[in-house]
Amino acid sequence: MTTTATTGNTPAPAAEGPGPGVLPLPETAADALVLLGGLATVVSAFMSWTWTSDFPGDLTVYGYPAGLQIIAIVGGVLTVLFGLSRKHVRGLAWLNPARATNPVFLAALSAFVVTWFAALAIAVDLGGLVNLDPGAYVAVVGGLLALLGALGLPHAEGRLRGYFGKPDHLPRAALPAPWLQRLLITLCAALALLAFSYGIGINDDDSETFIGFALLVVFAAWALNAAGLFERFSELNARHQGFATGMAFLAAVAFPFTQSDDHNANLGVNILIFGTVALGLNIVVGLTGLLDLGYVAFLGVGAYAAALVSGSQYSSIHIQFPFWAAALTGMAASLVFGVLIGAPTLRLRGDYLAIVTLGFGEIFRIAVNNLDGSSGPDVTNGPNGISNIPDLKLFGFNFGEGHDIGGFTIGRFANYFFLMLLFTAIVVFVFKRAADSRIGRSWVAIREDETAATAMGINGFRVKLIAFALGATLAGLAGTVSAHVTYSVVPTPYQFAGAAPPNSAFLLAAVVLGGMGTVGGPILGAVLLYLIPEKLGFLQNYELLAFGIALILLMRFRPEGIIPNRRRQLEFHETGQLDVPEDGLPPGTVGATKAEA
Amino acid sequence: MSDTATATPDAPPTTVLQATDVTMRFGGLTAVRSVDLTVNSGEIVGLIGPNGAGKTTFFNCLTGLYVPTEGKVTYRGTVLPPKPHLVTKAGIARTFQNIRLFANMTVLENVLIGRHTRTKEGLWSAILRGPGFRNAEAASRARAMELLEFTGLQHKADHLARNLPYGEQRKLEIARALASDPGLLLLDEPTAGMNPQETRATEELVFAVRDQGIAVLVIEHDMRFIFNLCDRVACLVQGEKLVEGTPEVVQADERVVAAYLGTPYEGAPDEGTAAEGIPAETEATDGDHQ
Ligand SMILES: Nc1ncnc2c1ncn2[C@@H]1O[C@H](COP(=O)(O)OP(=O)(O)OP(=O)(O)O)[C@@H](O)[C@H]1O
Ligand SMILES: [Mg+2]
Repeated sequence: MTTTATTGNTPAPAAEGPGPGVLPLPETAADALVLLGGLATVVSAFMSWTWTSDFPGDLTVYGYPAGLQIIAIVGGVLTVLFGLSRKHVRGLAWLNPARATNPVFLAALSAFVVTWFAALAIAVDLGGLVNLDPGAYVAVVGGLLALLGALGLPHAEGRLRGYFGKPDHLPRAALPAPWLQRLLITLCAALALLAFSYGIGINDDDSETFIGFALLVVFAAWALNAAGLFERFSELNARHQGFATGMAFLAAVAFPFTQSDDHNANLGVNILIFGTVALGLNIVVGLTGLLDLGYVAFLGVGAYAAALVSGSQYSSIHIQFPFWAAALTGMAASLVFGVLIGAPTLRLRGDYLAIVTLGFGEIFRIAVNNLDGSSGPDVTNGPNGISNIPDLKLFGFNFGEGHDIGGFTIGRFANYFFLMLLFTAIVVFVFKRAADSRIGRSWVAIREDETAATAMGINGFRVKLIAFALGATLAGLAGTVSAHVTYSVVPTPYQFAGAAPPNSAFLLAAVVLGGMGTVGGPILGAVLLYLIPEKLGFLQNYELLAFGIALILLMRFRPEGIIPNRRRQLEFHETGQLDVPEDGLPPGTVGATKAEA
Repeated sequence: MSDTATATPDAPPTTVLQATDVTMRFGGLTAVRSVDLTVNSGEIVGLIGPNGAGKTTFFNCLTGLYVPTEGKVTYRGTVLPPKPHLVTKAGIARTFQNIRLFANMTVLENVLIGRHTRTKEGLWSAILRGPGFRNAEAASRARAMELLEFTGLQHKADHLARNLPYGEQRKLEIARALASDPGLLLLDEPTAGMNPQETRATEELVFAVRDQGIAVLVIEHDMRFIFNLCDRVACLVQGEKLVEGTPEVVQADERVVAAYLGTPYEGAPDEGTAAEGIPAETEATDGDHQ
């Protein structure tokens, strides 16, 4: 615990003066290079980068940046802002509270990577450097200058390895007024929505643009993290939890209105389904620490149950439940299936459990594949599945038709998007409340040390079974919507591993990548794992390979996931932001209470 | 605060724990052999013995982590079920020789886990959050904070357990065990790795626990600690109970000294069948599927 008295205005611990950077440049020159490079990158985006519109995004027009150029502008602006934030520029101190060099370097790196990637992509796609217009050269030089300048800035370590981390110590923040804090959260939600809808809106054929976008997002996020802004933001979130959650949902509600194409709403609803199921899995894997490799089967059970009672003519039982009853049926079926699988397997630990759940997951898929009337009773229509699932009608609202709301056309998938969002909200609600309770604590205790947990009075089997059953039920709920969204239910998606989500491996990856035990983690993981294969169509057969490589890299460099699960208040402690308990109890009480005891 | 002499319980002592003829075999190895032990209310009983004598194994038999091969353990007259969580529910709480805290949970949450058996709010009430849930949660928190104050950890309530210094981790284990409102507390080497000052504080803490009416059974290698603290001491050697009596009696017994120093004495247990190695940290390890 440090600096109780310092406020945001005092300069950071730069007092000792950091040493020279990797490149021996005078500080003013380095600063100038960063600013110049960033500006050049921005300016270049208003010039033509190539002569032909064959390259995705049409980068040929002077004055109208498009595609990769817009991304370069963001990188350039970020570089300039971070470059200025190191100096004592009024109004920018919040951007880089520690006045560190790392965020400047990473912002410059984002500009560099985006511009160089763009130039390379143009040269490779169109066959040669001759296809580059002057604008591209300006961009490339700008990106390089910014990067070189950033490397010349004074740095505490002076080794390249030290440029990627965040400061150990952030000066204590002077918190803005509460309404301003809320405004900040709102802005961040809007920004996230903007980034998401921009990313999802990139044409599926414009893989180059999407890669550039992904590169920018990665390095910009890295820069923000290195500046300590994520830490600050999660602190704000912890202060206004309800508000922040509300804003996140509001942003999600706004999403369909940002899209003119119902195809993107389809992506959106699939991402939501995937994310919701991952959140359910997070109870099992993230909180309770049970490695479940067959989880997607519960999604399948829910989807099949809903399909069977949907009134489709291919359903073996010809009844049509109202949707609420179908949703309950799906949940109940998954619950029963979860308990049936869990009861015998949860006595096993670790690897044994993983293997057995993997087996059960496959058993489900193979069973529904064979319940076709020839190799077994006719229940699921075998590999053909149950198709022609009718659209939902709730309170006279037909989900299959587009509706006009306030001048926006809300298509079929957007309708389902809203329905699914409601279900996601339910799952988030259940997850949060369950996690923060006696039962949630006992899940975490089991994860931490099962022997000690049972010795403290926790009935391990029972508690694990509850987690397993709850996870299954929530997946089943998501399954009921997914059956209607896709019109038909077939066995193939419910496998262990495949090139496209959802499958058990991708679900697990979403949880682990995103961050185990958190709400945002699995959802973010789901967004990434759904969007990236979708937008990088050219990978085709190499998708799984790329997925594997990405997993290995992430586990090497950020094993805790993108959003690490740190307990809210604890963050304050470990960064020295708040000294709550120290102030809370004067030392005198210690002796007194102890003597009484 | 309290001294050995002053703390005599008012009520006539009742038997809290009675272990009769407890034997634990691992394949050919007999780790505990026909051990009888009683703990009465208001008592602090010590269990000593050289490394590998079977003390921890005996604890595991008492707490249901191991099912003894033979013998019977009763707590306040009822036979204990061979399930750790039921033993805790019945009223026996324990700490571990090699600290087993929930490392990534906060100090407060660790103690709250100890409250698990004394609360019953399930999943539904957690989701619905009725007044019953909120009251129970508040009561648990209050009790947990009380215990943290009792052990002197209240200012660390929001820290992760893994970030505590060693001595405080041991204290936290005691607080967590006390949270289950036990009638008997089993401490497995509570001062291992502590400096003399911390050992002294732990002594005080154990007395304070006893003064709350909780019987204590404690394993320890620190003889000064044991002889200061205990009303009665039993010495295990190679799985068998060698002597039992007041600290003075045990201290004076030359067989105990010999057992610690490794000198053979008349009537020593047979070398061939007894415990041989000294893996000091053997415990009810993860991954035992019994
Ligand atoms: N699960 C087990 N399987 C096989 N042997 C075991 C098991 N647990 C303990 N033992 C053996 O039982 C004997 C007694 O071990 P125990 O841990 O009870 O000794 P201890 O008296 O607690 O020693 P220390 O003072 O070093 O803690 C040792 O030889 C040990 O190797
Ligand atoms: Mg031991």
